[in-house]
Amino acid sequence: MPKYYFEDFSLRWTAQYGPRRVTREEIIGFAAQYDPQPMHLDEEAARHTMLGGLAASGWHSCCIMMKLIADGLLLDTASMGAPGIDEVKWLKPVRPGDSLTVQGSVLDARASQSKPDRGFVKFLWEVFNDRGECVMTLVCPQMILRRHPGVPA
Amino acid sequence: MRYFDDINVGDRMALGTVTFTAEDIKTFAAQYDPQEFHMDEAAAARSHFGALCASGWHTVAAWMNLRVQYGRREDAERSARGEVIARLGPSPGFRELKWLKPVYAGDTITYASEVVEKRVTKSRPGWGIVFAKNTGTNQKGELVMSFIGSGFVERRPGAA
Repeated sequence: MPKYYFEDFSLRWTAQYGPRRVTREEIIGFAAQYDPQPMHLDEEAARHTMLGGLAASGWHSCCIMMKLIADGLLLDTASMGAPGIDEVKWLKPVRPGDSLTVQGSVLDARASQSKPDRGFVKFLWEVFNDRGECVMTLVCPQMILRRHPGVPA
Repeated sequence: MRYFDDINVGDRMALGTVTFTAEDIKTFAAQYDPQEFHMDEAAAARSHFGALCASGWHTVAAWMNLRVQYGRREDAERSARGEVIARLGPSPGFRELKWLKPVYAGDTITYASEVVEKRVTKSRPGWGIVFAKNTGTNQKGELVMSFIGSGFVERRPGAA
């Protein structure tokens, strides 16, 4: 049974998940399958790109963040998934050996007007490396079931 | 890659197709998005999705791979014609990603990319940012995914 429902997410809600270390092998492994650009695959080739050295695919960073949030929160939440992502900013390269921490906060929470069993929680997720730099931000509305359907929120 | 200056709003690329097998969906989900509707047929059948479906991140990662492969083919053709290949930089991000329909096991998604905006950047002389609307459409012709992506593209030398 889920522990968390729509009603548990207010504008005061915050959480932190991780740290999660990112290895060189997994950066190259993800890139080989999904984003085979030199800057994500090969140290020497990456040195000559704008990133100045091997860095994770931004999609890989999103996926690592997703796993941290799933394990830390969503698997215990009556989540119905996300209809999309408002915005992602890739601010700094994610390097081999970086340890990533995700910080979450709530930008908005409102019950669905059309479906009384659910609400939308808009989360801001910020990903930091172990040097304290924000490497990525993501804004995402999550569909979550209400603990008490039909009762005005 | 063409230079930033040779790319036009409205340019469209047909990137190809990907078929999402149940095995691929579950393998991806176990690594990155282990929600039960991406992991287990029986649990997915009980969920609001009604059947096993791919993580939204899986559907966009598959787009990325096809986009890179398309660029490689384009670069090889340019090389064969003796043309210069412009450098492609990283992406500063994306916006308005919409997962419009579930991608179910067995679905075949056709991906495309269309340039919607170009912007010269003051912060990176010699580079511009190209914005493209990227889409995935299933075998029934339903749009399942779209987003506005962006990426740095090298400017033609002397164009700035």
